[in-house]
Parts: sequence; C-alpha cells; structure tokens
Amino acid sequence: MSDASKTIRVRPTSPHVQVWRWHLTALTSIAHRITGVGLYVGTLILAGWAISLAMGPEAYGAFMGVMGSVLGKLVMFALSLAVFFHLAKGVQHLIWDTGVGLKLQAANAGAVATVAFAIVATIVVWIIAAMTGAL
Amino acid sequence: MADFRTPFSRAQGLGAAGHGVGHWITERVTSIALIPLVLWGVFAVLRLARSDYDMAVAWLASPINAVLLALLTVISFMHMNSGMRVVIEDYIHRKITKAALLLLNLFVCALFGALALFSILKVALSGGAY
Repeated sequence: MSDASKTIRVRPTSPHVQVWRWHLTALTSIAHRITGVGLYVGTLILAGWAISLAMGPEAYGAFMGVMGSVLGKLVMFALSLAVFFHLAKGVQHLIWDTGVGLKLQAANAGAVATVAFAIVATIVVWIIAAMTGAL
Repeated sequence: MADFRTPFSRAQGLGAAGHGVGHWITERVTSIALIPLVLWGVFAVLRLARSDYDMAVAWLASPINAVLLALLTVISFMHMNSGMRVVIEDYIHRKITKAALLLLNLFVCALFGALALFSILKVALSGGAY
C-alpha cells in the first residue's frame, strides 16, 4: 500500500441530532421508545400485583399500600399516560407498516393525534377513577 | 496466491442472521393482540384499585378475567422482551455487555412472566387459598 492510506481526510459529516430542529415526528418517535422502556417497569408492577395476591392478604395489603401512596399514584399516572401514548403511537406504526400515512403531512397529523389521544384518554381514565372512588 | 473463491462464497455467512423477520412479526403480532388487552387492562386496574383482597380474589376467580389477565401478562412480557432487545441492540455496542444485557432482558422477562402467570393461575384455581 502507498502513503495514501496513511493520510486521513476529514470527511464531511451529516448534521448531528443536537443541531437538528426538533420535529413532532422525531419527538413522538423517541417518546415511543422511552414510554416503552417505562412500561417495562409497569409490566413488572403488574407482575408484582399478581404475585402479591397469590402470596396472601398481608402481601397484597402491602403492595396496595405502596401503590396507593402519593408516589404510587404518581407512578400510576405516568404509566397511564405512557400506556395510551405507546398504544396510539404503536397503532400509527402499524398503519405505517402497511405503507399508508408516511407522507410528511399525514405523519405530522398522526403525531398530533397520538399526543392528543394520550392526553385525553389519560384525563378521562383519571376522571373515571375519581368518580368511581378508585383513587 | 490466487483466490479461487467466488464472490458468493466470500459473502456467505457475513450478512444478517436471517431471523430478523421472525422478530419483526413477533413485535407486530404481540402489539396487535395488546391493543384490546391493554384497553381491557386499564379498566381492570380501575376496578381493582378499589378492591380489597377478597374482592380481588373473587374478580380473578372469573374465567374471563383470569384468562384475559394471563394473556395480557404473557403477551406483554413477550412484547417488552422484543422491544427492549431492540433498544439494547441499538445503543450497546460492546459485545460482552450487549450479550449480558440481552440475557438479563430475557431472564427478567421469563422469570417475572412465569411468576405472574403461576400466581394468576394459583389464585384463579384455588380461590385465594394460601
């Protein structure tokens, strides 16, 4: 090989994610992943509920005590928002898989719809929770 | 030295593992199944949040509740195993760390999925005897 292999030319790089303007589509895309990781913890809490129920009234009472605390309710609120967002964004991904809705305008509208659905569904569920005495 | 290998022979085995389609389909099938199950699950949580131990046991004694909760649990663990796998593969590039985290992900999902499923069946079949 000649000397050419030793000279490292600085190649032009594409704009880094930090200098790129945030689009709603990009924001909801990363939020889909973040909520997914959050729901990983949520499913472990669901498993904890079933395990504590099988262990008897004492363990169940302790579990429900933790989940009924202020911190527990905050976690449940975040999980409900995550569930509805991840659900809506997942549906948009399923629609995208069919090749529909990938044009910029449709993708943006879909992103707005996922955020709107997540917020509205979360509020509705917590209103129902307050009305039925589940809080 | 002359190389008599064909370009195809040199490329063989260097490409994708060949089972990406299975993972892709698993993610889609579990996500479609989870749409109705999760919506049912939200209302189950609303009901269970105001249930004491006896009410929760009675709720789980219903075959419909027991089966739907078992399906929600198992499919959720499958789905989150697939999802977390992609997250690990995307961000962790050191081979040993990646392998360790992928194993941990699988084991956590299998362990807690099995614990939850057994617990659901135990309560549903025994009526809360412990």
